[in-house]
Amino acid sequence: MDTGWILLTFLAAAAGSLVLGLLLRGVDRKVTARVQWRVGPPLYQPLIDVIKLTGKETLMPVTARRTGFLLAPMLALAATGVAAVILWRALLQPEVTFMGDLIVVVYLLTIPALMTILGASASGNPHAAVGAARELKLLLSYELPLFLVILLAIARAGWTFQLGVLAGHTPALYSISGVIAFVIAILCMQAKLGQIPFDMAEAECELMSGVYVEYSGLPLGMFLMARAMMLALLPLLLVMVFWGGLTLSGNVLHKLLGVAAFLGKYLLLVVLVVLIRNTNPRLRIDQTLRLFWYRLTPAAAFAVALTLVGISRGLKWL
Amino acid sequence: MALKNWALRKSLWVYHVNAGACNNCDIEVLELLTPRYDIERFGMILVGSPRHADVLAVTGVCTRQAQPRLQEVYMQTAKPCVVMAVGSCAGAQGIFTEAYHMGNTVDEAIRAVDPGAIIMYVPGCPPKPEAMISAAVKAIGYLKELASPAASSGEVGGGVRG
Repeated sequence: MDTGWILLTFLAAAAGSLVLGLLLRGVDRKVTARVQWRVGPPLYQPLIDVIKLTGKETLMPVTARRTGFLLAPMLALAATGVAAVILWRALLQPEVTFMGDLIVVVYLLTIPALMTILGASASGNPHAAVGAARELKLLLSYELPLFLVILLAIARAGWTFQLGVLAGHTPALYSISGVIAFVIAILCMQAKLGQIPFDMAEAECELMSGVYVEYSGLPLGMFLMARAMMLALLPLLLVMVFWGGLTLSGNVLHKLLGVAAFLGKYLLLVVLVVLIRNTNPRLRIDQTLRLFWYRLTPAAAFAVALTLVGISRGLKWL
Repeated sequence: MALKNWALRKSLWVYHVNAGACNNCDIEVLELLTPRYDIERFGMILVGSPRHADVLAVTGVCTRQAQPRLQEVYMQTAKPCVVMAVGSCAGAQGIFTEAYHMGNTVDEAIRAVDPGAIIMYVPGCPPKPEAMISAAVKAIGYLKELASPAASSGEVGGGVRG
């Protein structure tokens, strides 16, 4: 494969998931408005917001570390772009993925949170510092259960670390431990997306949008774009890891059914994110830590143990 | 440039500055977010940081204490931005004109740091939410004129700039 193709694939996947993510954000805002008995903005509103932010002035706080402050949003966007390429490629061409791409994707999807912490710390704002501290604690709380439940899916698929192979296996969801793992994974996704009930790092009212408080113009737009892409990519990752991805085999009808099933699963997860966000109040950071460390991490470990027992005894449903 | 101006008109983010208001206008500003008025239809949302804002909704008389803060908030707002002086107090200090603790009026305070600032006035005590929506629509119209070719000849904005 020559460089031109690589660049083209990168651009198509990154731009595609960007537009998709912004539209999903629009769905999010529209549904939120309907839940609150409002009309709400048009579906493409987040797209307009991002275009507007490119035309705004970028202000530099006097207390900010210039390099870190400006580099953080770029790296966040770049990381989600690369993750988008690997994920879409694993979905559409499962046979050409490389060994360990799952690990790469999971790490790449951690970078936006890390960059948010870096950018917020570099801005030198006390609100942003509180937000960054919370984001860091949030990261520490949800990463371990997320790794555990992904490990469960890996174990069920015969210890493969390849996304394409993993998605081709019998879905982990069709078992008792798989269901437990999937519920935990959805909560981790909610936390990773920084959506209510886990939006304490941003906290519009108490922290004045916390980690993003000093950002304006294009850097703010980049963070919003990275977050929108996360909204498009995380449900995709969950579908592929737990629910079997996209199956294209047989005649045209079967292929169409496969696409429809994939879209159904994907949209179900997105709608779940939106509904959880609209029906829950924000948790405090200590409540979140307690939830993830004392409830969900042991539950995830229990599910992994169930799976290992199931594998050793040959009980597929366990 | 035309695209960016269009996007700006479609997505005005509002930051609310209280420069010594009696809280009456503040309640009316919050009214805009309720299902009855739902300003998010026009893509307008209330943001928590002036750095994210396109519109500064200033309420209150602009007291001597508040004036330097208001000027600082204006300077920390990413340009281009519009200032919306909400209520009689923000317009011309209302019944408090002669009081001992007054700074300059809101528009004078902001003109002192940026002579070219776009300032709109929404009179009323307090102004109705409909009046604020009308002001927002006028602001959008003004920004539209600003983007048109006539802007270079300095023909635009009669009345809006006050």
